[in-house]
Amino acid sequence: MDAEIRFTLNGKSVIFIGNPLRRLVDVLREDFGMLGVKEGCGEGECGACSVIKDGKLVTSCIIPVGSVDGSEIMTIEGLREKEEGKCLIDAFADGGAVQCGFCIPGMVLASYVLLRSNPHPTEDEIRLAISGNICRCTGYDLIVESIMLAAKRGEELWTK
Amino acid sequence: MARISIDDDVRRNDAIEKASGLARYASDYFFPDMLYARMLRSKAPRGKIRKIQTPVLPYGYYFISAKDIPENGRNALHMISEDWRCFADGDVRYVGETIGLFVGPERSVLESLERNTYVEIEEEEPAISIDDAINVKGGPILEKDDVFCQLYCQKGRDMDEVFGEADKIIEETFETGFQEHVHLETNGAVITKEGEKYVLYISCQCPFYVRKSISIVIGAKDEDIVVRQSTTGGAFGGKEHFPDVLAGPLLVAEYVIGKPIKLIFDRREDMLYSVKRHPSKIWYKSAIKDGKLTGVKGKIYYNAGAYLSSSYVVLQRGVFHANGVYDIPSTYLEGFGMATNTFPSCAFRGFGAPQTLFAIEMHLTHIARRIGVDPVEFKRSMFLKKGSETVTNGHIVENVVLGSMLDDIATASDYWRKSREYGYGSGRGIGMSFYNHGGAFTGNGEQAIIKAHARLKKTGERVTIEVGSTEMGQGFQTTLRKIAAAVLEIPMENVDYPNPDTSVVPDSGPTAASRSTMIVGRLIERCAVEMKERWGEGDFSVEKEYEHPDGHPWDQSTFRGDAYLGYGWGACCVELEVDKRTNEVKVVGIWSSHDIGKAIDEKIVHGQINGGIIQSLGYASMEKMENKNGHFRQESMSDYVIPTSMDFPKQEYFLEDNPYEWGPFGAKGMGELVFNGADAAYVDALERALGVETFKIPLPSEDIEEALRKNGR
Repeated sequence: MDAEIRFTLNGKSVIFIGNPLRRLVDVLREDFGMLGVKEGCGEGECGACSVIKDGKLVTSCIIPVGSVDGSEIMTIEGLREKEEGKCLIDAFADGGAVQCGFCIPGMVLASYVLLRSNPHPTEDEIRLAISGNICRCTGYDLIVESIMLAAKRGEELWTK
Repeated sequence: MARISIDDDVRRNDAIEKASGLARYASDYFFPDMLYARMLRSKAPRGKIRKIQTPVLPYGYYFISAKDIPENGRNALHMISEDWRCFADGDVRYVGETIGLFVGPERSVLESLERNTYVEIEEEEPAISIDDAINVKGGPILEKDDVFCQLYCQKGRDMDEVFGEADKIIEETFETGFQEHVHLETNGAVITKEGEKYVLYISCQCPFYVRKSISIVIGAKDEDIVVRQSTTGGAFGGKEHFPDVLAGPLLVAEYVIGKPIKLIFDRREDMLYSVKRHPSKIWYKSAIKDGKLTGVKGKIYYNAGAYLSSSYVVLQRGVFHANGVYDIPSTYLEGFGMATNTFPSCAFRGFGAPQTLFAIEMHLTHIARRIGVDPVEFKRSMFLKKGSETVTNGHIVENVVLGSMLDDIATASDYWRKSREYGYGSGRGIGMSFYNHGGAFTGNGEQAIIKAHARLKKTGERVTIEVGSTEMGQGFQTTLRKIAAAVLEIPMENVDYPNPDTSVVPDSGPTAASRSTMIVGRLIERCAVEMKERWGEGDFSVEKEYEHPDGHPWDQSTFRGDAYLGYGWGACCVELEVDKRTNEVKVVGIWSSHDIGKAIDEKIVHGQINGGIIQSLGYASMEKMENKNGHFRQESMSDYVIPTSMDFPKQEYFLEDNPYEWGPFGAKGMGELVFNGADAAYVDALERALGVETFKIPLPSEDIEEALRKNGR
């Protein structure tokens, strides 16, 4: 049965009419064209499909679209327009965090959630914060360093 | 925008696009009227197909199978030879073999069609393991046995004499498991038609491989098929030949249907039904006289699975690396590629070298302990050097600086003190390993088989790199742009290198074998040198062909000569602690040193080192893929676990500056090298911590328990 789901997507009110059991990742990619949301595992293990739902990092492959009614959703398409997003993306590029890139939009969102709540994270705190986001290429060191770089460069962005 | 020099710190050209979510991977391609495809696969490892009964197909849905291959086509994918079938026909040879392709507009309908199709298979007894294949279980898979390919090479004296003179003989057998690539982007492709041409957008390493492999299926000319590489989300060898297995059936479907068709594997499909690293069984027998290793005999078995694909070449590399980085006076090494009824094994970073390198490292470590010498001292005394004879009776052509690499990591890790203090069985251990990787295709393959071409095109002030080599995450687009820009002394931003399209670029050979920087980079360097001289001539192109250095003979029929014209070299040290109650292992330090000639871009190299070492540590510790009766038992990322950010600590690395004569700016290959040794360093450390000997990887906690029991603990 079709349902009408209203939510905020990257700051804009949107309405989805359709099967509320469809996976959020599919709806975001195919109905709203948010192709920066990547499907890596389909079971909430790898974090490639991460989006931010009401301030929290969630994996959109295990969430039915019906459960985001009334929520605020931010994807990489929204974050990349914000100062914080630009700061993170620049730091990832300068720090050598990006290889194949498939996990990176999710990593950037995870980093954003971390730095919003903890602007001066330690290495261990960073490793914990991205532990739900799997990367097969980098061995993580340069991702961790890039997040440190974003924390340092963004200083005021993260404490405001 | 500034001119660039090769040592400048640069940003990868693809970083912003990828981090912003703007890069287009295969699954991000959409076309009007696009259909989806889903594979129907064999559920049995071996047997005769008696019946295939699909449900009644709704309007607009298709079932494509071997019967749809046109008369002038052949049911084969031309990888290295034409052996892997496009569709199973008459019989099935492994679980997951493609039987057919459902095509239509709704994925949910395709799933239900696949689920409700009845395939009757008269099952036969399969051969699954290497031992099964040796014993020809279930009858021969091939004409008379289960041996796809075999080879041997011999160096030094007669082995019977060597063993006759020995005062100690040590014999051991090692096993390594399947490894799944787990590139974060699963396999996927979209096919469409542009006029009379078939156009594929595909996640792959080797666009020209795909084209050659599939054109025969519909009897087309290579030029009728255009392969455009989509941004590739990791590959590691898993997208060297395997994309052909998606592309072949898609091409037949496109031939019949004529609409855009998309096939994207979900993770479960990619885990269960894609190629893996070859499992191995490796036996060594060593002769020791007066505390010195005088000879090694080796028998190396690789499980190739049901089709040959690249296994013979993988096996050759395995055998040619089976002496490790050591000058062993006499060696006799035999290799066997075994046919079984498992999913075919294929390329995976290291390409056969990691298995033998692991085994020889552990074997020499065990020998050293048994004769009461520190393993690192024992190994140091045997390091290969320039001019040393190789196991293929060729010679090492470059300066080898393993000794100073050892010293760098020993100092940084405080190895000698820790090695003494931790001893054996204290719960703490520190281990070290040494390894290499022959750059580019074996022997004269670059000259005889590939004959790579690369082209630089100048348009105004801009320069375009035209090669078939691909970016898959390793940083090659940036590396190559940097080489061209540095030679031309222009800003890197003025150099373009789009993803290859086979109808536009020359064939620079596969993106494999750690050959891209060394071979294609060198070609582009040569193109750029000429372009710089002629810069004032307006718009023009420069194309170069590979030239093999003189004086390095290779005989591919006897495997004698210089197998590789330059190796990358590595040394790795791992320190760890084991919780003796739970067998949980905590790695507390990782140090490495690599000689790759020269790093074109140190940040890219840094990322490769980190990633390769973590993949290797995953291989040694947690990545367990089992096969029962032909079925892989791990089907998701929750039961096949790869390292997370929490599993291993930050690494410390060193790079040797040791320029290589025939590489661009002195660079050699490195993408695979960095995978080739951390596993042995880890297991060395683990054995010391536990005070046991082990003989196989992976070694997750439950298998450590077994090793302890076997050692009577």
